[in-house]
Amino acid sequence: MTLLQVRDLVKHYPAGGLFGASAPPVQAVQGVSFEVGPGETLGLVGESGCGKSSVGRTILRLQEPTAGAVTFEGADLFSLDRTALRKMRRRMQIIFQDPYSSLNPRMTVGAAVAEGMQIHRLAAGKEIGRRVGALLEEVGLDPGYAGRYPHEFSGGQRQRIGIARALAVEPSFIVCDEPVSALDVSVQAQVLNLLADLQRERGLSYLFIAHDLAVVRQIAQRVAVMYLGRIVEEGPTETLLQAPRHPYTVALLSAVPEPDPARQRDRIVLRGDLPSPSRPPSGCPFHPRCFHPRRDERCRTEPPALRPVGGTLAACHYAETTQADLARPNSATSS
Amino acid sequence: MTRVLDVEQLRISFPDGGRGRVHPVDGVSFSLERGETLALVGESGCGKSLTSLALLRLVPPPGRIEEGSSIRLGDTDVLALEGDALRRIRGRRIGMIFQDPMTSLNPVFTVGAQIAEGVRAHFDVSRSEAKQRALKLLEEVGIPDPASRLDAYPHQLSGGMRQRVMIAIALSAEPEILIADEPTTALDVTVQAQILEVLDRLRDSHGMAVLLITHDLGIVAGRADRVAVMYAGQIVEEAPTARLFAQPSHPYTQGLFASVPRISGPVTRLSPIGGSVPPPGAWPSGCRFRPRCPKAFDKSETMPPLLPVGPDHRMRCWLADRPE
Repeated sequence: MTLLQVRDLVKHYPAGGLFGASAPPVQAVQGVSFEVGPGETLGLVGESGCGKSSVGRTILRLQEPTAGAVTFEGADLFSLDRTALRKMRRRMQIIFQDPYSSLNPRMTVGAAVAEGMQIHRLAAGKEIGRRVGALLEEVGLDPGYAGRYPHEFSGGQRQRIGIARALAVEPSFIVCDEPVSALDVSVQAQVLNLLADLQRERGLSYLFIAHDLAVVRQIAQRVAVMYLGRIVEEGPTETLLQAPRHPYTVALLSAVPEPDPARQRDRIVLRGDLPSPSRPPSGCPFHPRCFHPRRDERCRTEPPALRPVGGTLAACHYAETTQADLARPNSATSS
Repeated sequence: MTRVLDVEQLRISFPDGGRGRVHPVDGVSFSLERGETLALVGESGCGKSLTSLALLRLVPPPGRIEEGSSIRLGDTDVLALEGDALRRIRGRRIGMIFQDPMTSLNPVFTVGAQIAEGVRAHFDVSRSEAKQRALKLLEEVGIPDPASRLDAYPHQLSGGMRQRVMIAIALSAEPEILIADEPTTALDVTVQAQILEVLDRLRDSHGMAVLLITHDLGIVAGRADRVAVMYAGQIVEEAPTARLFAQPSHPYTQGLFASVPRISGPVTRLSPIGGSVPPPGAWPSGCRFRPRCPKAFDKSETMPPLLPVGPDHRMRCWLADRPE
C-alpha cells in the first residue's frame, strides 16, 4: 500500500531574461518516479541544482508540473480543482530549510500555529489555544511561547515552530526540504530526533530532501539519489550506501567528510562542474564526468533506464560491474 | 619548526546596548608553526570567525581588541601596527579566504584582472608579468583552460571555480599564513572535496601555515595537525587531531561528536547537547558550558583554566583533575 505515488514527473522552468523566449528551458526535473509508503521516510539526495527541491514543491502543487502524475491517498493530485486541492493540502505539509523566512514576523507563534487549524476549521474558540499549547509542547517548546514573535527564537526553535505549524492540520505526509541544513550540529541532532519521534508517534511519512548523505542515513529507510533532474539510483538506505551501483553515488559517498581520522578513504574527486540543466548532456547525464572504466560510446548516446541491479535500482549501463570495477582504490581520476 | 604566529590572551569586546561591554572572544591563545594546519572548530557564535578577523585587525567597529591581548606575527607586533605597515600584513603576510567567494570578488572586473591586481599590490612587477603570474596561479588552483578563464567575469564561473579564484588571489601574495574561514561551507560536497584537495596541495607545496575555521569535524579529520574547540568565546579543548578524535575529553567536545550523524558504523539515535548556546551577554559564571553539561559538578561554578589531560592535550574542565 503506497501513500504517495509519483510517476514520470517533469518540471521545466522557462528561461528568464530579455531573450528568454528563444533560450532553452531549465529542465529541473526530467521524468522522476517514486513511491512513499505510510510511516516511511524516503530520502531525496543530491547537490545544488539537481532538482530535488523542485520535486518536493511540484508534488505539493506549490508549483505547477510540466508533466507527470501524482497520486496521494488515492486522489490524482494534478487533476484536482482549487477547492479539492485545498482540502488535500491539509494532509500534506512542507517544512523548509529556513523557517524564519516562512514565518510571518508580525504574527505571534500561537497565531502562526493556529492559522492552518482555522483555515481548515479543525477547531474553534478555546480549543484552538489548547491545541496550540499541546503542539508547542509536542515539538519541545514551552506552551507559554505562544504569545511571542518569531524573531525572539533561535534557528532550532524556529524550526520547531515550523514543525508545529505543519502538524497543526494533522497531515499524513510532510515534505522536509533541507530542514536541518542551516542548523548547528548539536541543534541539528535535536531536530532529527524530534522528526523521528513524531514519525513514530503519529505514523507520518516524510519525503526528506537533503544534500547530506549522513543526515539522510540517520532518518530515511530508503534513499533516491538525483543528478541533473533524474533519479540515478534508488534503494534501501544501507544497501545503497554499502554497495552503490551508480558511479555518481560512489563519488557522492566518497566525498562525505568523515569525522574519524582512521577512516579517511580514497576520495574520488569528480572532474569539472555540473553541466547546465538547460543543456543537459546527451545519453547518460553523468557521462561527461563519469570515471567508470567501462564508460563508452553507448553512455554518450543512449540514456540508461533505472533498473534493478544488485539490491538497488540504478540508471547506469554498467551498473553490474560498478562494485567490482570501482571497489579498487585509486581507480578514479582527480581534477 | 618555525613559529609564525603567536596569539596570547586575545579578548574582543562589543558594546551591549548600554549595559557595558560583552566579550565574544575572551582570552584565546594559540600558535601556528610553518606548514602546519590548525583547525578552530565550533558552532555559530563561539567566536572562531571573530578571532580570525582579529589577526588581520579587521574586527568590525564598535568591536575592539582589548588591552592585554597580544598577536605576534614572527617579530611583528600586529596590534601596534598602523596605516601602511598594517596594509603590508593584510593579504601579503596573512591571506584569507571566506565562505562566500561571490561577495569578495568584484563583479565588474575579469578574474585575471583581479588576480593581477593582487600581484601588483604586493610586488613591483610589470602588467604583463602580473598577468603571467595570474595565469600560473589559475593553473595551480586547478582551473581547467586557465588562459581563457583569465578573461571571465565572476558570474560566469561556478561556486567552486570562484572559490578557486579566491584561493589564487590569496596565494598571489605568497602569504606565510592562510586563514580559511568555512572555505567550503557554501559548496556542494563533491565540490568541497575538490577545493580541500587544492588547499592541502598548496599548503604542502608553499609551506604555508593554515588556520582552518570550521564547524565541520569531518573536514578536520585527516587534514588538520591540531584542533582547538571553541565554546562561548574560549578554547575549551585543544589537542593533536588524532588524539582529539580518539579521546575527546571536554563534555562539550564529546557532545559535538555524539551529535554528528555518521556515514558508516551502526545507526543509533543521536545524543544531542541539550539547550542552545547562550548569547555573550548571558554567559553563566564559572564554566560557561555548565548549564548544558551532563557532568557539571560543584567545582564547575568556578571558571576552570586549560588543564592538561595528556600529551599536548588540554581542556577547560575540572574533570581533567579527576580522571575517570
